[in-house]
Amino acid sequence: MFSIKTKNISKAYKDVKALKNINLNVKEGEIFGLIGPDGAGKTTLFRILTTLILPDKGRAFVKGYDVVKKYKKIRKIVGYMPGKFSLYQDLSVEENLNFFASIFNTTVSENYETIKDIYSQLEPFKKRLAGRLSGGMKQKLALSCALVHKPEILFLDEPTTGVDAVSRKEFWDILNKIKNTGISIFVSTPYMEEAGLCDRVAFIQKGEILTVDTPKNIKSNFHDTLAAVKADNMYKLITDLRALKAVQAVFRFGKSIHLSFDINVINPDEILSYLKSKEHNNISIKKIDPNMEDCFMKLMKD
Amino acid sequence: MTRENILIKVNNLTKKFGRFTAVDNLSFEVEKGEIFGFLGANGAGKTTVIKILCGILSPSSGDVSVDGFDVYSQTEKIKKNIGYMSQNFSLYEDLSVYENFRFFGGIYGLPRKEIKKRTDYFLKTLGLQDKKDSVISSLPLGWKQKIAFSVAQIHNPKIIFLDEPTSGVDPVTRRQFWDMIYKTAHSGITVFVTTHYMDEAEYCDRISIMDAGKIKAIDTPENLKKLYKENSIEKIFIKLIR
Amino acid sequence: MKGFLIKEFRHIFRDFRLMLILFGMPVVQVLLFGFAITNDIKNAPIAILDNSKDYLTQKITDKILSSDYFILKKNLNTNNEIGDYFKDGSVKEVIIFGNNFAENFLKNKNANIQIITDASEPNTARLLIVYTNSIINDFQQKQLSSSLEINNFVSSGKLLKPVILTTEFKMLYNPELKSVFMFVPGIIAILLMLICAMMTSMSIAKEKELGTMEILLVSPLKPVQIIAGKVLPYVLLSFINIITILLISYFVFKMPVQGSVFLLLSESILFIIMSLSLGIFISTVSNTQQTAMFISFIGLLLPTILLSGFVFPIENMPLILQYLSNIMPSKWFIIIIKSIMLKGVGINYIWKETLIIIFMTAFFIVLSVKKFKIRLE
Repeated sequence: MFSIKTKNISKAYKDVKALKNINLNVKEGEIFGLIGPDGAGKTTLFRILTTLILPDKGRAFVKGYDVVKKYKKIRKIVGYMPGKFSLYQDLSVEENLNFFASIFNTTVSENYETIKDIYSQLEPFKKRLAGRLSGGMKQKLALSCALVHKPEILFLDEPTTGVDAVSRKEFWDILNKIKNTGISIFVSTPYMEEAGLCDRVAFIQKGEILTVDTPKNIKSNFHDTLAAVKADNMYKLITDLRALKAVQAVFRFGKSIHLSFDINVINPDEILSYLKSKEHNNISIKKIDPNMEDCFMKLMKD
Repeated sequence: MTRENILIKVNNLTKKFGRFTAVDNLSFEVEKGEIFGFLGANGAGKTTVIKILCGILSPSSGDVSVDGFDVYSQTEKIKKNIGYMSQNFSLYEDLSVYENFRFFGGIYGLPRKEIKKRTDYFLKTLGLQDKKDSVISSLPLGWKQKIAFSVAQIHNPKIIFLDEPTSGVDPVTRRQFWDMIYKTAHSGITVFVTTHYMDEAEYCDRISIMDAGKIKAIDTPENLKKLYKENSIEKIFIKLIR
Repeated sequence: MKGFLIKEFRHIFRDFRLMLILFGMPVVQVLLFGFAITNDIKNAPIAILDNSKDYLTQKITDKILSSDYFILKKNLNTNNEIGDYFKDGSVKEVIIFGNNFAENFLKNKNANIQIITDASEPNTARLLIVYTNSIINDFQQKQLSSSLEINNFVSSGKLLKPVILTTEFKMLYNPELKSVFMFVPGIIAILLMLICAMMTSMSIAKEKELGTMEILLVSPLKPVQIIAGKVLPYVLLSFINIITILLISYFVFKMPVQGSVFLLLSESILFIIMSLSLGIFISTVSNTQQTAMFISFIGLLLPTILLSGFVFPIENMPLILQYLSNIMPSKWFIIIIKSIMLKGVGINYIWKETLIIIFMTAFFIVLSVKKFKIRLE
């Protein structure tokens, strides 16, 4: 059985097509990542799956329940963390948690085991108003609130956006722990490097799914040759590499430039001598494996 | 660093809100034409520092000057020489591209002719000439951010503050955006940027990492990696802030 | 449900400004209307031209002057003097007793009193006539069994134009004509409208703005539960407010409640529920607190103030506005509380108005429950 199944889901707002024929199958107990930039349609898909809006076309099922007809059933078994920081700022940490427990007819103590790992980090601040928490702590509180009724499936819409790298890392550690308790997780993020932390991912761009696979398979499907190129004058290096023929993509990645090219047309030695002819110094060309961002950009272009 | 090349000078800056110390005895300098990455944990005090540097918030104590102007007494002069762009506020969504340029150019007292000339120049660089009369809200996020960056430069400022300019932008546009940042820095404008993308930290000439009101580290990405014996800024960041 | 209520009360009690509006406004409004905007007249200067100078005219004069309303500025001797005193504004009213007053009164059952006022201040003029009239009537009833025919005239400046006084009703039920009595029912209606409709619609819109509404929707909570959770705290707070207003008006302004207090409070609760259902209806059509506030203000508060008969008498309005005032719930509510507080009537006199409000309440509850969405769009 799939925890989420969609068949040809489409949705438009006036003349903007937010989603076009989305077909997804999310397996039980996996962390499934929906990866894409802002405006790709991630939130729209989340809202359809959490029964908040109706699709124009197609059908979707969460834990076997139809999102349109059986919305009441779904609302009992999902935990949802919307994109915006959606907590009551004028209530304390503890009061927020108690409230969200109460609307699911449960109590914090009843499901304490489920949230223990996250909530224990927040407990020293339980009397603090939610509005006074830092970004990372707000995010943990929001997750605790979404988990407090022990849902069967968690929907997390961009939980890590705007959160610093340390809190992001901690957050993913927590998600893995939650997954181990058997809860399926459907999560979206604009940070490509987080895709590698999911069991399977779907790349989404302009309302369309580019690919669905495990991070490993996505990387092995990157057929171009990829090299990290460095030289002293990076600014000029980009311009010169872009002028080169048989080059698929030239993008800066941190301190080096990722160059993807067709090895049948040009080989690294030829690139090296080309760069030398352009008077570059300290050139290094190293063949590398693609990361998720390389893959996403390639799929975007296709 | 030669003295005349220093654009931002911060000495023992402290800012308190009531009993809470948001910025704690901070000192650093930023050079002309430099891309300075201002990193930090959420709530570390980054926004407070930026507000002080922009002249919209007064320090509790310490000396701060931007382009030689004092942040206590010469805020009006500072404001004329800076550009600011953030993810939250950048452009008027219900105005057209050109109307935004004209409005912000007008704020800085540029003549109509000059605004037109510069708008045309920016739109040509962006390849968006045919979008001149499009309403901002109809454009994709990536374009908006690029236009916002151009609008922030319309008055030819000495320094531009970018507060998480690439948050949520797709990877290709994100790099195009950084290409723009390079071009701007190349023309001599200082770029002061915050980001949560750690790979972007590597694009900066120098970075600082801030936590709990203090700067934990400040140097070029290469030097920091040598110093902390790590191969990425992300790892250094996590090491320092944890 | 309990958790929801606790949360709502916390929102209210932690918002200082909201608390100030909730509990400060009723007190301020009642005191403001009661003291500052009072139309009552005290020590108005008058002149008397007594052409008879007999025992009856003397008695009436004494009675008029012994009230707090008038002080005698001048005794006049001829008609010619009247104009001068009005012109320099030194008197606001002149009372003229006809010739042979006592004799005419006793023999012919017909004596003549003329009242002239300065109608360049119409409100004052009207009130002065009413006061004088009521004192004379009182005198007539108490002192004399035979009829005393009095003709009243108002003049704008000088000349005479008969006016038929229509203040019979007010004099019956508000013998001292205190204007604060007129305002209290209006204030109750406005405050209930404001607190119930505006506050609930804003608090629901706030959840939408924050994004918390998304989580509430994606939970097993039923719309009815969300609505009830939002509404109940305000029922309680509004009820406290009514009691505060009634206590202030009773102790500070000595305003009586002639009728049943129980009936008054029950009718108030009915009106509260009506306003709350209106508030929920507003929230279903607004996504931000700003819109909710705007709609409540323009759509409810202004019409309540202008069209309910609180400020401007309905019978003086153009016909179209008179019809329009019929759909103002507050119009009916003001009639109801006036009737209970001032006339002391029971439900058998106001069942029609009550029924109208019940009908409106049902209409808005059905409408808002239907419109309250189970989804975001």
